[in-house]
Amino acid sequence: MGAAGNGAGAPGGVTASAAGGAEGAASTSEVVLELRHATKAFGAALALGDGSVELRAGEAHALLGENGAGKSTLVKILAGVHQPDSGELLVGGRPVTLNGPAAAKAAGIAVIYQEPMLFPDLSVAENIFMGRQPVRAGRRIDRAAMNRAANDIFTQLGVALDPGRPARGLSVADQQIVEIAKALSLDAKVLIMDEPTAALASVEVERLFKVMETLRERGAALMFISHRLEEVFASCQRVTVMRDGRFVMTAPVAELDVDTIIRSMIGRDLGAMYSKTRTTPGEVVLDVRGLTRDKVFYDIDLSVRRGEVVALAGLVGAGRTEVARAIFGIDRRTAGLVAMLGRPLPNGEPAAAMAAGIAFVPEDRRQQGLVMDMSIESNVALASMGRLSRGGLIFRSAERRLTTTWAKNLQLKYRWTQDPVWTLSGGNQQKVVLGKWLARRPDLLIIDEPTRGIDVGTKAEVHRILDGLAAEGMAVLMISSELPEVLGVADRILVLHEGRLAGQFARADADEAAIMRAATGQDAA
Amino acid sequence: MTARAPAPPPAVAAGQAPWQSSLGRFARARETGTLALVLVVFLAVTLDNKHFAGSGSIQQLLTGASLIALLSVGQAMVMVTRNIDLSVGSVLGLCAFVDGNLFRTEHIPVWSGFLIAIALGAAIGAINGLITVVVRVPSLVVTLAMLYIIRGLDSKLVNGVIVVPSQVPHAFVDVGYKTLLGIPYLAIIVALVVIIVGYAMRTFRPARDLYAIGSNPEAALLAGIPQGRRVFTAFVTSGALAGLGGALFLALFAQVDNSAGVGYELNVVAAAVVGGVAIFGGSGTVVGAALGALLLNTIQQGLVAVRSSSFWDEAIAGALLLLAIAFDRWLSLRVARGLKSAEGAHREL
Amino acid sequence: MSSEIAPPPADPTIAPQFRPEPGRARPPLWHAVARWEAGLVVVLIAALVFGSSESATFTTKTTLFYAGINTGYIALMALPMTLIIITAEIDLSVASTLGLTGSLVGDLWHHGWPIWGALAAALVVGIAAGALNGVLIARAGLPSIAVTIGTLTLYRGISEILLGSQTIPGIGDRSFPAWLTKAGVVPVPGLDISYSTLIFIALTIACGIVLHATPLGRSLYAIGLQPEAARFAGLRVARVKFWLYVFSGLICALAGILLTAQNSSVSYNAGYGLELNVVAIALLGGVSIFGGRGTIIGVVLAAAIVAALQMALTQMTVDPNVQEIVIGGLLLVSVIIPNLSRLRVLVRRFRTTS
Repeated sequence: MGAAGNGAGAPGGVTASAAGGAEGAASTSEVVLELRHATKAFGAALALGDGSVELRAGEAHALLGENGAGKSTLVKILAGVHQPDSGELLVGGRPVTLNGPAAAKAAGIAVIYQEPMLFPDLSVAENIFMGRQPVRAGRRIDRAAMNRAANDIFTQLGVALDPGRPARGLSVADQQIVEIAKALSLDAKVLIMDEPTAALASVEVERLFKVMETLRERGAALMFISHRLEEVFASCQRVTVMRDGRFVMTAPVAELDVDTIIRSMIGRDLGAMYSKTRTTPGEVVLDVRGLTRDKVFYDIDLSVRRGEVVALAGLVGAGRTEVARAIFGIDRRTAGLVAMLGRPLPNGEPAAAMAAGIAFVPEDRRQQGLVMDMSIESNVALASMGRLSRGGLIFRSAERRLTTTWAKNLQLKYRWTQDPVWTLSGGNQQKVVLGKWLARRPDLLIIDEPTRGIDVGTKAEVHRILDGLAAEGMAVLMISSELPEVLGVADRILVLHEGRLAGQFARADADEAAIMRAATGQDAA
Repeated sequence: MTARAPAPPPAVAAGQAPWQSSLGRFARARETGTLALVLVVFLAVTLDNKHFAGSGSIQQLLTGASLIALLSVGQAMVMVTRNIDLSVGSVLGLCAFVDGNLFRTEHIPVWSGFLIAIALGAAIGAINGLITVVVRVPSLVVTLAMLYIIRGLDSKLVNGVIVVPSQVPHAFVDVGYKTLLGIPYLAIIVALVVIIVGYAMRTFRPARDLYAIGSNPEAALLAGIPQGRRVFTAFVTSGALAGLGGALFLALFAQVDNSAGVGYELNVVAAAVVGGVAIFGGSGTVVGAALGALLLNTIQQGLVAVRSSSFWDEAIAGALLLLAIAFDRWLSLRVARGLKSAEGAHREL
Repeated sequence: MSSEIAPPPADPTIAPQFRPEPGRARPPLWHAVARWEAGLVVVLIAALVFGSSESATFTTKTTLFYAGINTGYIALMALPMTLIIITAEIDLSVASTLGLTGSLVGDLWHHGWPIWGALAAALVVGIAAGALNGVLIARAGLPSIAVTIGTLTLYRGISEILLGSQTIPGIGDRSFPAWLTKAGVVPVPGLDISYSTLIFIALTIACGIVLHATPLGRSLYAIGLQPEAARFAGLRVARVKFWLYVFSGLICALAGILLTAQNSSVSYNAGYGLELNVVAIALLGGVSIFGGRGTIIGVVLAAAIVAALQMALTQMTVDPNVQEIVIGGLLLVSVIIPNLSRLRVLVRRFRTTS
């Protein structure tokens, strides 16, 4: 694999410290798994144009790329879920074909997904050994041996988990530990972790890194996917970057810095991505005082004015989405006031929030934003049905008019308004959700992770749309985990840390470092 | 990202194994609870009516619960996989009549009566399973349709024929009638089935697959569990047990017409749910289901003993079922919360 | 407020051939639905042809009338059932609610209540029975299949407590008023259909409009397909489900009164086991047991097929039990056919591997 080190020119980057020791050994260790020039198309859409990666024993390898870069397709190919249309997969130097998850397992490849898939009703030990439970005479399952074996693995990993308890109720971090234990019990040579840290608390991330180190010492090859570059520098020895379904480069972490990686991920310089229209904020639209939901977030004060984009930043799990849900009324608040244009909102009533002029584009498009099996026009009309109806009846023609109007405004790429919405790409699905809410002509748009799972081009479009809306006088409250997005789009930035406001920045004096410090609780604002 | 404070060291000392059964404990607690309820009801009724504790009454209690308990074993297996078998009552009726009619016309040997009933039941279970698994139609619909078809077939076969006691061999009727050390044969047979299947469901890999399938079908797929084959087996077992139930029905009542087993399906599901089998799969035991049947029957007969009127049976059974469902929800919420808070103790070594 | 870039500029990255013509709408979902309903029409015609070839008196008004008597009150309950199944829930307590309300009419009549009072009480109890289901399912979030198996037993049990083994009117009771019992067995004046058919037609139109042409109907589909998305779009999921069960209870009470009128009498086991017939009609009509799919037209056709077959087979003096086989068989075929493609895939895979 031509490790074209287009970024190698700038070594001694930001934080290559933690990884330092392992490299010398790693670069010479054997290649356990190699994927060469894999392609995969779904219908006409090319999901992977050139998937290439090389995993070595005792090395943690980061796979980087923006959403839509083809990482998940590559992972699914290695997991045996998808079969590549062309290309070559070598495991231990020998070419293999993975025609199913079982084949990948047999080849020694284990995948740990962001949301682990466990059997909630079964015990932790049984989750690890499902289908391979230790047996004694008469093929009877030996529970004691099974629990002991599970406990042994946990000890090796340096964690304490009760093997006899049901998996139900385990935190995501502990579920991942169970998955890792499963991989170890299978004696997996390759461990692929698809965004394992996305839902973890910092303590849990550190524990995961320790476990990864243990695994490397045992000679396992790890592939680590994360959007947080600091994690990559802290835990990985080698990096492969992908862009638009293609392999871009592979290089040791020590030879790279953040800027180089980002440049190769997005294929251009950062600055050009955002355009910001100057607006003068108008009257206060949303006013939140002392908003509290016990054990989730406390005492949140915030306000959003007309023409203003306020970003709610913070780490995953800091309570940002929960604050938005409570404002919109999906969850009930335990204390505090929410007022729209001076009028207080009732507690826990989304319909009342909508009537007051709030629109909420949720984080999970597939479950919360859209009814995937319904047509595009039904989805667009879903939040406006009352307004569309004449004498209590809704007419297809009215829905279609609404849909085509917004499809045009948002430049939606679609074929027929009656196509099910799942036929659209992620970015276009997001536009349907936007259209659904903008059709109500809201005063306040709450938008949670506006560009998650969206390709680069559409991403910029969504940013332009948000900017345009603010310019037209809409108040926008945006939640985002992507700092460049926060810095590029917002007029004002509020940072949450462990359910409390930890900082507030105006656009002019906000920078990544300050936000990160506030988000990690390193300084009180 | 909520950075929690470093957790205290785990309460579990190395070498010791108090974790061995924390899951098993929940399941067993549910079974013990059902059994305790049976005893409470039994004692309460006995306080009011001493005859209820008489050996004859207890025999009646066991006999009465046996058929539903037997069917609920198969039902529990099916329900654990996130499916349901509504055809069991009609299968029982059909097998009972086919058996009786063979005794009447062909004078077949007694043992073959059992074999034929089980085989017929298993065959119908196989059809249910095959359609559910291969065509992937929801089992509720498949077995509902099967219920109609078998019920109609049964009535067509019966066509006015009534098998009367004199036409059933004595040795066969003895099974439903005689006792061993005061315990009805019928109850012994059912207890054996419960124990064997109950043990198997705990102990063998394929049986554990059933729980995995019901608990998380997607994960089961990734774990390489042959889902189709396992679900199929559960339906065949349920059918076979319903067939056996048919033979036992004939042995118990010594006569059969086309009303045998009508409406059993919902009683069987009710027994399983009362006994702690989750309607959406993944959890519950066959022992629990059988105990659920015993509880429902004890309440029913207890009411008869107390009020000498059976009119209250059904209402109480229904109310009890609702309570059981609500209680299970409450329990699982509590358990989930308890586990979450216990989790803190298991952070880092 | 300066507005420099209000309309986002045209995206040059979209290739011209992918630029859709806005406003056109091909109905791809329509195809599947239409095919299903067309299939039902074919089956219905076949059943009618079959009936008239077997019996000369089949295509008469009398048949239509008696079909209404035999199936009308069952089909009535299939309408709320359809709405409930579309929201991915189920109501197995319908027949017990029918029995309970019928029994209540009998019991109150037995105790000397005026008939209007008894009927009103029955409707109120029907609503209450539905409300209990609704509270347990929509508010407490318990699984509807388990809850309604419970209330199925409970409501039937209460009927049994009310009436015991007696049939009302029993010996020494007044008969039900003649107008009521007559309404059960004579056609609607000027029409050749039974009152149950008339009510069914009226309710069908109402349900059809609500389901297919109102915001409420649309939200039922959304709730059935993706309850969370429905909630995020401001739909009151719990409230809608609650009222559906109340509606179901009310209609079942109506069916209970109709059945009481038809029989001129009532016992606690009126309508025993009918819940499965009701579910079968809905499913045969193309309503998906997983929710989110189904039409009123389909359910009406299914009810018509069941009624026609029943009449045809009855006129042929075929054992009524064979009718059960036919309905069961139809139901089975109706769920297998849409999934035949799976079978084909399976066969192909089998061929290639062997």
